[in-house]
Amino acid sequence: MREQPSEKRIQNFDSVPYGYTKEEVIQEARRCIQCEGGPCETHCPVSMNIKKMIREIVRGRFEEAFFTMKKDNPVPGITGRVCPQESQCEGVCPFHQTKNGINIGKLEAFVADWAMERGIKEEFHIKEKPQKIAVIGSGPAGISCAVDLRKWGYKVTLFEALHKAGGVLQYGIPEFRLPKKVVDYEVSYLSEVGVDVRLNTFVGQNITFEELRRDYDAVFIGTGAGAPLFLRIAGEELKGVYSANEFLIRVNLMKSYRFLEYDTPIVCGKRVGVIGAGNVAMDAARCARRLGAEEVHIIYRRTQKESPAREEEIQHALEEGVWLKELVSPKKAEGSSEGWLEELELYRMKLTEADQSGRPRPVKIEDSEFRMELNTLIEALGTTPNRLFLNRASELEVNQRQLIEVDENMKTNIEGIYAGGDAIRGNATVILALGDGRKAAQAIHEYLSEES
Amino acid sequence: MNHPIVKKKKLNHLNYLIRVKAPQVAERFQAGQFVIIRMHEKGERIPLTVAEVNKKEETITLVFQVVGKSTLELSSMKAGEALLNVVGPLGNPTKIKKIGRVICVGGGTGIACIYPIIKAMGRAGNEVTSVIGAQTASLLILEDEIKKASHQTFVATDDGSRGYHGFVTDILKRLIHESTAKEIGEVILIGPAPMMKVGAEVTRPYGIKTLASLNTIMVDGTGMCGGCRVFVNGEMSLTCIDGPEFDAHEVNFDEVIRRLDMFKEKEKLALENYKKKEKNHENRWKKGSHEGTAF
Ligand SMILES: Cc1cc2nc3c(=O)[nH]c(=O)nc-3n(C[C@H](O)[C@H](O)[C@H](O)COP(=O)(O)OP(=O)(O)OC[C@H]3O[C@@H](n4cnc5c(N)ncnc54)[C@H](O)[C@@H]3O)c2cc1C
Ligand code: FES
Repeated sequence: MREQPSEKRIQNFDSVPYGYTKEEVIQEARRCIQCEGGPCETHCPVSMNIKKMIREIVRGRFEEAFFTMKKDNPVPGITGRVCPQESQCEGVCPFHQTKNGINIGKLEAFVADWAMERGIKEEFHIKEKPQKIAVIGSGPAGISCAVDLRKWGYKVTLFEALHKAGGVLQYGIPEFRLPKKVVDYEVSYLSEVGVDVRLNTFVGQNITFEELRRDYDAVFIGTGAGAPLFLRIAGEELKGVYSANEFLIRVNLMKSYRFLEYDTPIVCGKRVGVIGAGNVAMDAARCARRLGAEEVHIIYRRTQKESPAREEEIQHALEEGVWLKELVSPKKAEGSSEGWLEELELYRMKLTEADQSGRPRPVKIEDSEFRMELNTLIEALGTTPNRLFLNRASELEVNQRQLIEVDENMKTNIEGIYAGGDAIRGNATVILALGDGRKAAQAIHEYLSEES
Repeated sequence: MNHPIVKKKKLNHLNYLIRVKAPQVAERFQAGQFVIIRMHEKGERIPLTVAEVNKKEETITLVFQVVGKSTLELSSMKAGEALLNVVGPLGNPTKIKKIGRVICVGGGTGIACIYPIIKAMGRAGNEVTSVIGAQTASLLILEDEIKKASHQTFVATDDGSRGYHGFVTDILKRLIHESTAKEIGEVILIGPAPMMKVGAEVTRPYGIKTLASLNTIMVDGTGMCGGCRVFVNGEMSLTCIDGPEFDAHEVNFDEVIRRLDMFKEKEKLALENYKKKEKNHENRWKKGSHEGTAF
């Protein structure tokens, strides 16, 4: 796939891949040999009918290809861009071994964009049902659950704390990986099918969980895992220190990269450190480069090999001049008398035998401290569920990591209450959240059909 | 949903009052809570304290001081125009119960924030002494309202143009000296962080329970960004969901004060840019109307 060259793309926030042309997309689709059993489909968490989508593309019937995708996936333009295809559909493609697997994600994105540009919409006939369902959170989990239930005729109200629907798709994943035009368009599908979307409504705070339980026949919780974790080292109060969440919310949701046109500011120094080496860290580092940082260092206590980030993300970051500092771990941050970050003190680390996660465990090397000059530090250590909601819905059973416990049908310990997405998995993926939402919708449908 | 401004009033050359339709907030607001507003698609999320609500009219009253581009722009909005979003009530309400004697200290725009707390404390059967202050007489807001709601009110201005010549914290000190510490059940401080810092030091030696309502930088107001973090008793807390009120004796005010100006340079830039644009707009308009008459 053709991409913006790295020297150019660090000057803007535009999409990195250019996307296929019509000829290219057909050519790519033609390579598919339509394997027996469709391993790509069985490895898709929402079981999209990929083989049929590809057959339609080969014939140039993009509209049919679009409807095929949309049957199982309400947001194909999004998943086509952000799914870890290499470990799902594309990973089991027989051509994958020769590093030449069918580029299923890019096909998906092409078809979705094609339909978006033409405003192609499915027709649906909704047979109204009397029951009301509340969905909390408008991330992928909430979206897929709400859409499915609405299509089956339930009255669905979706509550979102922020001023825009989309969850991480809207506030976390940057424009150059996932254009917000695509997010806005695919999220607008909610209103199109008739989901009542209530933005600026923080459940547990502006409206209680008990009210929802009282006023609705079932509730789905798709509140994600949005609260940032901090290192808890000295110096985190300094100016110039951000959680990755704050940095990304400012950049993506509030569009501070277009500051002055947009009102929300961001301060990004010339020398930036990003702690952690997952996808979120890569996104933050790449945003920092685009905001004018001259040196951006990923600070990681293991090595590139153990990084949980997608290979593609690491490569993109490295191409854009992001440095990877391996086997180091922060000790403390120090600042000026005015309270601005100036330096980070770090330990050198070494790897020892594997821990529970199967990755080698990093341990400090004694007396190995050294310092790095930094003006911005972004902590991308992962996130955890919002404790406000859980505190105010205290009957919900959660595990040690504060993740909501569900059974195989996504049902929580409370009758009629279901949950899915990052709220039950921790930091997972868009497609798993979508899958959870669908599964919960199915379970809610069965529960309410039994009841009546 | 849009939130029409039903009333706007200039309180003085820095402070404005707007009354906004916001049924959800009006219905549930409790003293001590705040809202986050956005004026338009390109606007920032601005946290503002609620001075008053009217459940029947479904309105909330917001008082703000012009400090930068966004508040200047907000001050130029007129009745009939609408805010794009209002989310709230956010934060924890003040714990209102019968304590005995309560001293409420409000500085600057903080007077508007402490007003609903004064009323609620009074309704709960407390004897409320209010101490309010501003830099100068013309900047003092809501004096009559506060007087009406309190058993006793003291006024201070930095320049002595009204009431006591000095700081609200000086009056607080005197009030404590004049009474036995046991008499004062609680002190609540709302105002600029340096004022609250001094206030906390005034009450600390007497062990009087003291609360401060912090006005940190915020983005989401839901516990998701960590930008509003403060250190209370050495522990990291989030102002938006753990506060905004904290035990004033446990807050590290120096850190709070230092963090507040993180975006100062950018804010200055935005303000200059906005003023320039407004001016051009005005000039163009003048020129346009001039040409209009020629036609
Ligand atoms: C920077 C970043 C990059 C990522 N990149 C990828 C990627 O490339 N590919 C991939 O597959 N995954 C990626 N992920 C992970 C993926 O985005 C998440 O797994 C997924 O979004 C989880 O979906 P969700 O619906 O469970 O929750 P979220 O998307 O987190 O949405 C939850 C929503 O609920 C709202 N909410 C929370 N509490 C309440 C409440 N009490 N009341 C009302 N609303 C509430 C929140 O405001 C939010 O909008 C990334 C994550 C981040 C942070
Ligand atoms: S404002 Fe973002 S966590 Fe409090």
